Amino acid sequence: MLNITPPSGAPQSVPALLRRNAAQFGARDAYREKEFGIWQSWTWAETLQEIEALALGLLALGLDRGDFVAVIGRNRPALYWSMVAVEMAGGVPVPLYQDAAAEEMTFVLEHCGARFVIGGDQEQVDKVIEAQETVHGIDHILYVDPRGLRKYDHTKLHALTDVQAEGRAAHERLKGELHTREAELTYDSTCVMLYTSGTTGRPKGVVLSNRNIIETSKSSCEFDGLRMEDEVLAYLPMAWVGDFIFSIGQAYWAGFCVNCPESADTMMTDLREIGPTYFFAPPRVFETLLTSVMIRMEDASRFKKGLFDRAMARSKTTGPKILDGKPVSIGERLAYAMDNVLVIGPLKNTLGMSRVRVAYTAGEAIGPEIFDFYRALGLNLKQLYGQTEASVFITQQPDSEVRPDTVGVPSPGVELKIGENGEVFYRSPGTFVEYYKNAESTASTKDAEGWVATGDAGFIEEGSGHLRILDRAKDVGKTASGGLFAPKFVENKLKFYPDILEAVVFGNEREYCTAFINIDLGAVGNWAERNNIAYASYQELTGHPQVLASIQGHVEAVNRSVAEDPMLAHCQIARFLVLHKELDADDGELTRTRKVRRRIIEEKFADLLDALYSDKTSQFTETEVTYEDGRKGTISATLEIRDAATVALSAQHMAAE
Amino acid sequence: MLDNATEGYVTADGRQIGPVVMEMKGITLRFGGVEAIRGISFDIREGEIRAIIGPNGAGKSSMLNVISGFYHPQEGEVFYRGVKRPPMKPYMVARQGIARTFQNIALFEGMSVLDNVMTGRLNHMKVGLLGQALWWGKAEAEEVKNRAKAEEVIDFLGIQAIRKTPVGRLPYGLKKRVELARALAAEPQILLLDEPMAGMNVEEKEDMSRFILDVNDEFGTTIVLIEHDMGVVMDLSDRVVVMDYGKKIGDGTPEEVRNNQEVIDAYLGVSHD
Repeated sequence: MLNITPPSGAPQSVPALLRRNAAQFGARDAYREKEFGIWQSWTWAETLQEIEALALGLLALGLDRGDFVAVIGRNRPALYWSMVAVEMAGGVPVPLYQDAAAEEMTFVLEHCGARFVIGGDQEQVDKVIEAQETVHGIDHILYVDPRGLRKYDHTKLHALTDVQAEGRAAHERLKGELHTREAELTYDSTCVMLYTSGTTGRPKGVVLSNRNIIETSKSSCEFDGLRMEDEVLAYLPMAWVGDFIFSIGQAYWAGFCVNCPESADTMMTDLREIGPTYFFAPPRVFETLLTSVMIRMEDASRFKKGLFDRAMARSKTTGPKILDGKPVSIGERLAYAMDNVLVIGPLKNTLGMSRVRVAYTAGEAIGPEIFDFYRALGLNLKQLYGQTEASVFITQQPDSEVRPDTVGVPSPGVELKIGENGEVFYRSPGTFVEYYKNAESTASTKDAEGWVATGDAGFIEEGSGHLRILDRAKDVGKTASGGLFAPKFVENKLKFYPDILEAVVFGNEREYCTAFINIDLGAVGNWAERNNIAYASYQELTGHPQVLASIQGHVEAVNRSVAEDPMLAHCQIARFLVLHKELDADDGELTRTRKVRRRIIEEKFADLLDALYSDKTSQFTETEVTYEDGRKGTISATLEIRDAATVALSAQHMAAE
Repeated sequence: MLDNATEGYVTADGRQIGPVVMEMKGITLRFGGVEAIRGISFDIREGEIRAIIGPNGAGKSSMLNVISGFYHPQEGEVFYRGVKRPPMKPYMVARQGIARTFQNIALFEGMSVLDNVMTGRLNHMKVGLLGQALWWGKAEAEEVKNRAKAEEVIDFLGIQAIRKTPVGRLPYGLKKRVELARALAAEPQILLLDEPMAGMNVEEKEDMSRFILDVNDEFGTTIVLIEHDMGVVMDLSDRVVVMDYGKKIGDGTPEEVRNNQEVIDAYLGVSHD
């Protein structure tokens, strides 16, 4: 195992990093949050005071060593402080997804046996109180935003600021205890426990030590040259390992400032105001941004549209070249500089990306067109491949070797190997300690030598040494005719069309492949508006013949492109339907990180799937839906099933036609 | 009802309702020969949500306009905090801590949401025209203070994302919310809402209901509400006044009103059982 120990005297825990930052550059901004229309900021020195007060307050409330403290809410400095304060006081922070319904929360709270819960607002407190009907281990609930909570029973409910005030009052009495507990923290003590979203089964609690977090942060900061002048916008779920690494690990290691948006709706405005230099977004965010730019360009005057199209066409070749440091002729350079003044620069500014030095995307494959668009703008957009168990980083793309089809070379300190079945294995200082209370899963995922199975099938490209991911290993199967079935490969091709939001392809051990398709309401709605197509609901739009016809066009185009690959040619989609509802994490169809849960969809829409493998042309279905507040309802619809033209495979077939 | 006018009580859900803060006595309002309101008397208690319901043309909005000082009744008296109110201009009423929203939205369409909300702070601004124009000394401090309050309201109603958007570009449901924001920015003691949920879909209605309850709960604001949606009225209000053809035909808790035969006949339709 890779047991790197830090040089003596180097910070061995996140609270120790905090003290280092407060001592070395205490006057620099550590956190900013927009509230009441103004960016409020806290320096590292102030942050230390806030966190210390909270840690003391938690001690005063009776937090013991090793107690689990759940943290739930949108990205706010107070919640980030909570996580560090919990570690400082000897506890283990467990961030949870803020949009989790009460029953999902119940499982996690029960599983880790949380004694304290720190919630963002009334909504979260309500869910915890609901969970307490079955979970009895919770002693205290803390909240950040007091709105609506004034009349609640406060015997076990506390405002975070009150706890901090108590902590400050008890400073003399408890500071000795706090220092003792802080001094006990080593490289091997638990830094955080994160629950994986899990495309199958129950979530698992991944225990990450200080070594995992600090070593990973250190090497990834060096890889991309992150420094204290950098700025990030913290807008991704706090329960996701990436946010923990970016907004705590790397931020504390490099000492850069974490900016929290005012609300989820104002994210775009806040992004523009902050102008981050280091930016992470899942492909979906980049896609949505591109779609909104394109929609607005469609509405622009012909002159502006022409200018935009010309600039983009030129930049598509020049932009990536300049980014990769390849030779560019003086003419190209001049044209790019002009485009930059007239089109690209202002566009980047509108997107809030003028200052971005390093941008990453991960989690899903990103469409080559989308990728190229941002690279053309001169945005250093790269891909990385990672998972919670690795403290994010497994592979990432170095600055001059960026391509849409690979996920890059092993991150510093990471070793890779490909198993016999094509599964990717890795070993690194970031490799997780264990799954909490689940020795069986730990053993089946991580072997004695520390190699971890990713569950993804892939291969290392010869020559470049880049890793390419094919699909989830367990999703790769065989069609009835014996060909390789890799659903993700086809789904990604489908999803690259702006009007397709999500696609689920079936065909394992079947005669032919079929697909469920989710349309993108934004893109299709806009198209409908342009073409004077009236619709009253999402459901009505999904059933519109013209929508179906255009989706059919996409499916057939994808079939043609799939047919070019002899290995996967039989993955062409013979029949498809457009789902009447959007796949939703609340209904269990997606994970909280918006990955498709294939098995559940297969079970839930069994009637539709059966219809796809029959000769029916339509199918009536009734589906249970869960509203945001946990109530349930049903929607029903009759879906049209369409056949899509496929490209014949063998030469014999072609001759017959 | 008037026998305990000076005492408060606590509602089933734990809200403190205070003594009577405003009282209408025998209000009659005529437009030429038309009697819009005929001899109506009722009271409003501190901290309660008081609904006025009735069919179209029953005189509900007229009643609200009497409270806000826009109309002056020919007969009857309005008592506010125990004192008889002389005929007043609406701005004088506003200064007494009574703010309102309108049935048909009355915002400044070309101005941003923030600016619209700031207009609600008008009564809290004392600096003269010259000072404001130079934006110097006291004027600056005052603006900062008022902006802080406006931002608090924006945060409360969750409209941060549209802070800088011109009101004219907003959809109807949001405009209604901005109108509520402007009224709230005035920090009213009594808030008059004229059909705050007219023309809204179910989701928007639920949001608006939540906000009305939150306003009442957080700031203890007394709310007088005109609304057509019976479900909303019955859920939200502590007491309901029912009007029909300018007359009061019922007054009491939602439960009492629902079981009042005259109300059922006139407004909810005659039941056939």
